[in-house]
Amino acid sequence: MVEPSVIEERIREGVGGVSHLEVKDLTGTKDHYEAVIVSEAFEGKSRVDQQRMVFSALGELMDGPIHALTFKTYTPERWAKIGGGA
Amino acid sequence: MAEAEMDPALRERIQGIVDAHPVVLFMKGSRLFPRCGFSATVVEVLKRSGVTAFHDVDVLKDPAIRQGIKEFTSWPTIPQLYVQGKFVGGCDIVRDLYESGELEEVLAPVKAADDAG
Repeated sequence: MVEPSVIEERIREGVGGVSHLEVKDLTGTKDHYEAVIVSEAFEGKSRVDQQRMVFSALGELMDGPIHALTFKTYTPERWAKIGGGA
Repeated sequence: MAEAEMDPALRERIQGIVDAHPVVLFMKGSRLFPRCGFSATVVEVLKRSGVTAFHDVDVLKDPAIRQGIKEFTSWPTIPQLYVQGKFVGGCDIVRDLYESGELEEVLAPVKAADDAG
């Protein structure tokens, strides 16, 4: 179990350059999360590398506290293209 | 997840698995009976992509592999899809590749061999 605010903070700090972030507790049990992350730090990186950046930002949280995490990563440009809000 | 600490025999065993089969899915449950939504999604995506003969590894039955594959790939979650010995991604990425049509390219060499086989 972990607070959404902790996840948000770890992602902002660990990934960096985050211009838009959504973190949603899917089940109300604070261990199944969905997220959308927009950052310029993803530019030029493969999908696998983008997700690895997020996993390393979350570190040990992925080894128990977070049981399930599904998330999408976007560069600001791609986020704008799909009409993502600010 | 320090790379160095991984048991070499376990690393070799995993390497053997990903080298021995064109498509390998480390998952929870089996191809016929997935026991996790994310694993079931990847099985379904593979089926829709015309790949039915893939090697499924049920990590729930093999705790060493369940932990080992996370270190091997430096990827903390299951499922993990390997094609021709290369890590493709987890559920999010496989679904993304499928929706954008890019999964076809990734699977093309394997499907060609499959048809010829």
